[in-house]
Amino acid sequence: MSNNKLFRRDVVTKLMAVRGDALCISGLGSPTWDLAAIDHRPENFYIWGGMGGAAPTGLGLALAQPDRTVWVLTGDGEQLMGVGSFSTIALQQPKNLAVIVLDNEHYGETGMQAAPTGRGTDLAAMAAGAGIGNTMTVRNEAELDELVAVLKKGQFPLVAVIKIDVTTGETIMPPRDGKFVKNTFRSAVLGPDKALHPN
Amino acid sequence: MSGDWSANAHSLFKEHGIKQVAYVPDAGLSGIIKASLADNDIQTVPLTTEEEGIAVAAGAWLGGQKCAVMMQSSGVGNTINMIASLTTTCAFPLFMIVTMRGDYGESNPWQMPMGRAVEPVLEAVGVRCLRADTAEDAADAIQAGLMMSFHGGEAVAVLIGQKLIGAKAFSAPAAQDAAGD
Ligand SMILES: Cc1ncc(C[n+]2csc(CCOP(=O)(O)OP(=O)(O)O)c2C)c(N)n1
Repeated sequence: MSNNKLFRRDVVTKLMAVRGDALCISGLGSPTWDLAAIDHRPENFYIWGGMGGAAPTGLGLALAQPDRTVWVLTGDGEQLMGVGSFSTIALQQPKNLAVIVLDNEHYGETGMQAAPTGRGTDLAAMAAGAGIGNTMTVRNEAELDELVAVLKKGQFPLVAVIKIDVTTGETIMPPRDGKFVKNTFRSAVLGPDKALHPN
Repeated sequence: MSGDWSANAHSLFKEHGIKQVAYVPDAGLSGIIKASLADNDIQTVPLTTEEEGIAVAAGAWLGGQKCAVMMQSSGVGNTINMIASLTTTCAFPLFMIVTMRGDYGESNPWQMPMGRAVEPVLEAVGVRCLRADTAEDAADAIQAGLMMSFHGGEAVAVLIGQKLIGAKAFSAPAAQDAAGD
């Protein structure tokens, strides 16, 4: 790459290397393709719509599974649409939830239109203003290493905004049937019996 | 009067193992909100906007918990894409309590259009509406809705009518007291 900006697939590869058994929710568009390309497993809930819903889905999951770590991997546009959820998360202070925003400063999936994040809007500052204690903005490899350390230590709730290049990776599609993805995820987390016979 | 159906709602939540209650406040919901805040066995999740609650409920279900989502009828307008895209696409169970405005005896014109739209719009995205206009209806509908959603796998909204919760007065001198619409 000609500039020094981080490439999203390299970033996600580095993060997933320290994921352990964290549960992962991905936001619509490129983050979903990134997660499918790099770390496809049953403990991924891939969202293809419901823009703005990734972080609050992560919150409901984190509250339901307090002993599991939950990572939300999403884009800046997706997170901006659900930005109030920073406040909703801060009220609950879940010790097991990290929201990781892959911030390319554009709406990539819809044709790379400029997003406010490239023109002064600071998502990490918005998260801090909402009351999220641990926030960071990552711009280079050294800062990415710091984020990896924070993720390993589990200093949560965390909102990490990673500034990335606009370059996208190959589109790798996870299963597109939402019911299948939901049932697969629930079976992996709850066991097949409880997943299929809720009471 | 509204205390009655609220107390019933809370005990039905307990009976059905509801572990999360997500809401944007409405005057008609204050009884259940209070009861759920006072209950250490329920995680009460105040929302900044109603569509968050739809996503929180989906996440709770992914993690094996049942979440009830509560809002005023205007808030239904904020939830539609989240319900259509997330709940309906993935067939998540959904249980909502919606306290109506723009309904029986309403005198605030700004509430009327959304009040009228609640049922057709929810039905259009796959949510069944159970209407309740008496305390008895409300308890029945909440019990039925909890079965239909968490056992039947449906998306259900119990609509609590203004006949039950009462219409707020908006005559000029009273308007100042009528804070919080
Ligand atoms: C409610 C809603 N509005 C608009 C869209 C169209 N849309 C799909 S993806 C997307 C942009 C996502 O941008 P971002 O989260 O920054 O991810 P990127 O693709 O840039 O990685 C938009 C606007 C949508 N799916 N839903």
